[in-house]
Amino acid sequence: MAESPPVEEVRVELGRQRPSLTRFAAEDPKPIEITDPVEITVDGRTMTVQNGDLLIDAVERHGVYIPRFCYHPRMEPVGMCRMCLVEIEGPRGTALAPACMNRVAADQVVHTQSAAALDAQDGVIEYLLINHPLDCPVCDKGGECPLQDQSIAYGPGESRFVEEKRHYTKPIPISETVYLDRERCILCDRCTRFADQVAGDPLITFTNRGNNTQIATFPETPFASYFSGNTVQICPVGALTAKPYRFKARPWDLEEVESTCTSCSVGCRITAQSSRDALLRFQGVDSDPVNWGWLCDRGRFGFEANANDRIEAPLVRRDGELEQVRWSEAYGAAEVAIANALEDGPDTVAVLGGSRLTNEAAYAWAKLAKGVWGTDHTDAQLGDGLPASIALGLPAATIDDVCRPGGTVLYVGPDPREELPVLYLRLRHAVLADRVKLINLSAAAGSLDELAAVNVRAETGTVGRMVAELLAEGAEASGAASDVEVARALLATDGPLSVVVGRRSPAEGAGPLADAVSAVRQARPEARFLTALRRGNVRGALELGLAPGVLPGRMSLDGGRAWFSEHWHTVPAAPGLGAVDILAAAADGRIRTLVLLGADPIGDAVGAPWAAEALERATTISLATHHSASTLASDVVLPVLAHAEMGGSTTNLEGRVTGLGRRVTGPGTARADWVIAAELSARLGTDLGLTSVAGIQDEMEHAVPTFSGADLRGLDDQGRQDGVLLPLSSEAELAAAGMPERLVFQAPEPTVVPSVSSYSFRLVLKRRLYDPGTMLGAMPSSVSLAPEPAARLNPADFGQLGIADGAMVGVRSPSGEVHAPAHADEAVPRGDLVLEGLLPEALALVPAKLPLTEVRLESTVWVGPAAAAEADQSTLGDVSQAEARAAGVPTPPMGTPRATDRDGSGPSPAGDEAPGGQSDGEA
Amino acid sequence: MGYRDHVSTFGAVDDTPLVVSSRFGEPEGHTLEGYRTTGSYAGYAALEAVLQLAPSQVLSQVRDATLLGRGGAGFPAGVKWGFLPPDVQPRYIVVNGDESEPGTYKDRLLMERDPHQLIEGALICAYAVGAAQVFLYVRGEMAHAQERIAAALNEAYEANLVGRNIAGTDFSVDIVMAWGAGAYIVGEETALIESLEGERGMPRLKPPFFPAAKGLYMAPTIVNNVETLSNLPWLFNHGVDKYLSCGTDTSPATRLIALSGHVKRPGVYEVPQGTTTFRDLFYGEDYGGGIRSDAELKMFIPGGGSAPWFYPEQLDLPLEAKPVGAAGSMLGSGAVVVMDETTDAVEACLRLVRFYARESCGKCTPCREGTTWLERILGRILDGYGRPEDLGLLEDVGHNISPGPYPNAAWEDQSLPSVPFPPKQTTICPLGPSAVAPVTSALRRFRPEFEALIAGAEVADG
Amino acid sequence: MSRLNPENEALAREIIARYPRPKSAIIPLCHLVQEEHGHLTDEGMAHVAELVGVTPAQVQGTASFYEMFKRHETGRYVLGVCTNISCLLLGGVDLLKQAEERLGIRAGSTTADGRITLEDTECLAACTDAPMCQVNSRYFVKLSPEDFDELLDDLVSGAIDDVVPPHGTLGRVRQHIPADRVANIGPPETQVAPQWFTRREAELAPADSGGDS
Ligand SMILES: Cc1cc2nc3c(=O)[nH]c(=O)nc-3n(C[C@H](O)[C@H](O)[C@H](O)COP(=O)(O)O)c2cc1C
Ligand code: SF4
Ligand code: FES
Repeated sequence: MAESPPVEEVRVELGRQRPSLTRFAAEDPKPIEITDPVEITVDGRTMTVQNGDLLIDAVERHGVYIPRFCYHPRMEPVGMCRMCLVEIEGPRGTALAPACMNRVAADQVVHTQSAAALDAQDGVIEYLLINHPLDCPVCDKGGECPLQDQSIAYGPGESRFVEEKRHYTKPIPISETVYLDRERCILCDRCTRFADQVAGDPLITFTNRGNNTQIATFPETPFASYFSGNTVQICPVGALTAKPYRFKARPWDLEEVESTCTSCSVGCRITAQSSRDALLRFQGVDSDPVNWGWLCDRGRFGFEANANDRIEAPLVRRDGELEQVRWSEAYGAAEVAIANALEDGPDTVAVLGGSRLTNEAAYAWAKLAKGVWGTDHTDAQLGDGLPASIALGLPAATIDDVCRPGGTVLYVGPDPREELPVLYLRLRHAVLADRVKLINLSAAAGSLDELAAVNVRAETGTVGRMVAELLAEGAEASGAASDVEVARALLATDGPLSVVVGRRSPAEGAGPLADAVSAVRQARPEARFLTALRRGNVRGALELGLAPGVLPGRMSLDGGRAWFSEHWHTVPAAPGLGAVDILAAAADGRIRTLVLLGADPIGDAVGAPWAAEALERATTISLATHHSASTLASDVVLPVLAHAEMGGSTTNLEGRVTGLGRRVTGPGTARADWVIAAELSARLGTDLGLTSVAGIQDEMEHAVPTFSGADLRGLDDQGRQDGVLLPLSSEAELAAAGMPERLVFQAPEPTVVPSVSSYSFRLVLKRRLYDPGTMLGAMPSSVSLAPEPAARLNPADFGQLGIADGAMVGVRSPSGEVHAPAHADEAVPRGDLVLEGLLPEALALVPAKLPLTEVRLESTVWVGPAAAAEADQSTLGDVSQAEARAAGVPTPPMGTPRATDRDGSGPSPAGDEAPGGQSDGEA
Repeated sequence: MGYRDHVSTFGAVDDTPLVVSSRFGEPEGHTLEGYRTTGSYAGYAALEAVLQLAPSQVLSQVRDATLLGRGGAGFPAGVKWGFLPPDVQPRYIVVNGDESEPGTYKDRLLMERDPHQLIEGALICAYAVGAAQVFLYVRGEMAHAQERIAAALNEAYEANLVGRNIAGTDFSVDIVMAWGAGAYIVGEETALIESLEGERGMPRLKPPFFPAAKGLYMAPTIVNNVETLSNLPWLFNHGVDKYLSCGTDTSPATRLIALSGHVKRPGVYEVPQGTTTFRDLFYGEDYGGGIRSDAELKMFIPGGGSAPWFYPEQLDLPLEAKPVGAAGSMLGSGAVVVMDETTDAVEACLRLVRFYARESCGKCTPCREGTTWLERILGRILDGYGRPEDLGLLEDVGHNISPGPYPNAAWEDQSLPSVPFPPKQTTICPLGPSAVAPVTSALRRFRPEFEALIAGAEVADG
Repeated sequence: MSRLNPENEALAREIIARYPRPKSAIIPLCHLVQEEHGHLTDEGMAHVAELVGVTPAQVQGTASFYEMFKRHETGRYVLGVCTNISCLLLGGVDLLKQAEERLGIRAGSTTADGRITLEDTECLAACTDAPMCQVNSRYFVKLSPEDFDELLDDLVSGAIDDVVPPHGTLGRVRQHIPADRVANIGPPETQVAPQWFTRREAELAPADSGGDS
């Protein structure tokens, strides 16, 4: 029984401490600036706090922790668990009030430790426990459970509840990855609030009422949210558990290190947790400028890829087969290939990729390629990104700048929920909570549509012209007049303008985007830009020179030549080729040796249908963690360390540099990418001068002007974990220090956009979060989430095809062909064809260097004489198809579409192992 | 007489002005024609008068009339309307017709038998505060009230009395009937607002969500009870002075009292507030007519199931908020339930607790878990499985929902002063504490009944 | 399909239009589904979700809060006997027992022929007419045991079908607002102060007493 006096003492000692979630994932109050200070008295102490701040946060900033379950600093308070009750003095005596709903005001007097407050809190704990199963020994949360931690304070007294507890069927799956145990649930509304308020996926809700309240999904409608894993992290008990972590470890066995997720370029902060040298879990860390504690599920469960399907030893191709060899043999083969090529000059060697590297490895490879070998044929992007002058040469906006309350954002980029998920969460919050006005110029319908103040559909290829029209004074706009007018009006207001710019679709070239940027620069010179590049550390790779014509520190080849001549052995003589041209040159023999830094050009390159040929012809050295079509086509494969297996730093899309933590050892004999650069260099006779990560960091701070003063070694220090934004010094300071100038965006010649024949469609390729890829293939919990393929057309266009909804169509361009079920979709403009769920295969459709991709559609059923004539020329015809035509059956008779190859059940049309590699015959 | 033919009993003492119940006996009183031609005033005449006044004048007359809310809290309507922040638009009016407090029966009568009176009242309120739209929320189970209100609204729209350009003037406001689906808690004003927004009816915390500041769709909102607004037509027909001439200064005019339980003539009575006592009500010939079978009064509930119980020593208290509150209970929703000496206090207590346990919305831990726990302990005691420590446990569980001394008239019996109502609470709304009221009331006064049951259990056990 | 039929769908759209936000119509629309199908079907909830633009889970979350929505089939009649305090005092519990015995089922279940579902209900605001019961949404009050027997007879025989519509039907008179009579219904963000209010305040308020609101 709880009436014995010792309990009283234990309470104060133990009970009011912060429950240890984990050290890093702790839910600290979100940072604020005190602009309107008021004084309040808390337990006799006077504190200066921000007027109107929530009491629970205000006092925690002063070290007073009020216990809570339902309150979460990144969500609207609901005040329903009643754990945070404190006494507040008022005109009519003191009242119990939840600290999580109470806003502080001048001269408030609060008691957090009064008998009444403690009684109320203990009462809540007792109530929460009466129906709780207390199965802590078999619960994932045991050891990091706020309920468990806080009930220790309730003392050893046995429960006074002698009735039967509430019973529900034990854990039920509510999605592919999340399980729900309703007996453990304390109904704090955190998961449901998250789903509704933060993620915008209200697929789980409270159901029933009172003591029968429970969390539930709708029948047959799982909690399919890209952000579902966050609910597991914020659940204050073990009611929600994640399949990839269930029963894997006990929290007290976990060791952890803070790090950054590199699944995409948002750069969410995480804590990487392991036990017995196995990576077991990533948890979000609340980084105020970036992710606010949230992660997307692909990032959260990305740790699975560390353990699965790794390349553990070097491989060398002998007699056509890749054979496992010792490192010395592999290095020998690589050395010969590079040395041979270099004999004919540096232009025979190219280095592709780098967005998977750490900053340090990127620098090491840039130094090796440009500063030792002297080749400028380097490109961290694979035809799918933006020119370095856009990524690096524009006035930069941070995520916070873009999301600043009351601002205006011109969004010209990919669907962020699919490609940069947590940026989507930030934008969503900005629009819904902070009155940010979004002008959305996405290429296809997507997640921003319902958030945007206005959606302007700019056809593929025309985005440059459209932006110019939106910003032009008094110009008559084309397109849907009303939307355009609204957008123009919004842009005409004075507030700060941020522009998010990124490839809207891989099927649209970078040229129209450069034109869009030029238009903004001209009309709104004060506007700031956030470049929505996709891949993990692509920004860092560009910052460190892994792009043609660029040197580390955002310098052009010529601008930085003098500077780097002092630090490096050499500097390339002239700007090199970009990825598409590198692959073309390799395919026709001009480039003889290709080094792939974690890149998979066969699977991923955009507008380079000759990628497979290039790898076939050139001697290819791949540094990779996992196999891809490209490693399998390489001649030397060197296994490298992955995230959490090595230290260093990374750069996110804002140019924010954060530390990467090392938690586990890599598989087999895998090495760090920078080590390979140093060792290869040494074997080829040049000392790269880089012997440790710290050493590289020192050299970067010294040799790369934008990194000067970054103190990379200290990124893990308390208070610096949110990272540093590059550059740290202003342009003037850099100039004063004698540093060369930085790259500046120059408006290119406007792109000429060809008109599209009336028989053709403009292709829009929509990426999806779970498009199959190398990493996803190694994440068992997520492979089944691959999207359904679909070809979407405007209903008018669809009607002309004369086919049934869902009938298979062939989509053909000069360079490739894919098949997908076709659907009518109001959201698609006439003349567009949106393909989704077909990446990476569909990249084969994209021609080299054109601003847009023109495709033709081939339905395989008889739709009339003209179509029949067309269909006869189709490459799809076969006997069964002819029968189907005669019968008028609207079924897809053209053999197994590629889409079904994913699960390995269908025959592979071209017999190649790699997706997307079959298309070159058409080129 | 078959089961289909029983009708409700209602009435008043002869000289009571019939402010709201004058058409209860009129078969056609619910129609527009009936409203205009029967009852204690001519229907929609008040609206015409009101339209000659500035909105602020209407508001100050309501304030001068001290029109007290009839939904439970007894807050003056005019003062509440004045809380609307100036210049914040839109504003809404929500009429609370979710009557479900145990023992309460008056709003349903008002909606079924005099819907136009309510509509006119709502129009006057809308005019006074400048509302964009009125929602008339009828309890889900009350199909007949829904029909009557819908029919009356249809008539009123047709007759240009609601909607655009009312009575040919520029005054325009829509009245929309909404209906619930069975949840007592939705009667609580913030839960009502949630329900109107299509949500689960879970109350919001006040502050910050006082309806007058952040109500329906986060816009300023006035929530008033059906009976409260039904007072307005009479008030503007007969004037403030006439209104104030009945009852007392702090509780003027009349209110409807549902008198149920062990009296000879249960019924809904329109009684002058403040001057009538419980004794008048129970024993008066025109009201209850005495306790059934002339038995002794054991206890009574003065203001709906949520109110702590009263006992014979409180019989002479007037029906006025202050003294009733000071004695440790409340007038609440005008529901008086009389229990004679044959009543099993433990059973009555369990039945009320069970109601609150079933109706808890589940938002606050103490209410969700505590009320069910109370119900289960009581059920166990009544089933003969009680333990001596259960009585202390009942008190303690109750204490964690309503900490501090609990207002309780039973104290008077033990010569202790009663603490004024309302109690402190660890919950968002008063529903949780409502479940504690019967427990504390029964346990303090009738502890021996509990002990006897427990002793019986022990005898059976041993 | 247990979605709304076209006629009810049209009615649903009319109801939605009466609210500033579509979501507000969830409860009335769920009643329509229940009226059409006798209980609240999953397809019906999904249909409501489509109509008001939320997820089916949200409709389910709201609907499941409310006692009247039955998510499983019920009898043609749902007979609810009030046992709350006022009825308890005057024999409500005895009526419930009488019904249990007569129908041969416990409260909370349905007769084998699927005609009658018996419930023990909460206070229905007829306390002065205790004891009472409700059949679907029709009230029967001041019931003596004999009255109640008669009622049970009629329920079993169906003699009451003309008086009590099937479960799910509430008021049979519906509100209709003629299009030309609508004053001003729209999303809150589009609303401004009613013109009549500002004008009348300015024109009619006596100089000394104005503006004290
Ligand atoms: C649990 C609870 C239930 C309530 N039920 C009702 C009700 O059924 N009808 C009602 O008018 N007020 C009810 N109220 C009171 C309302 O919250 C609100 O005070 C009232 O509708 C205001 O109207 P008035 O000022 O005209 O009385 C309830 C309050 C609580 C806490
Ligand atoms: S006290 Fe009970 S009914 Fe009221 S809000 Fe809390 S849980 Fe809901
Ligand atoms: S943390 Fe404040 S009520 Fe739950």
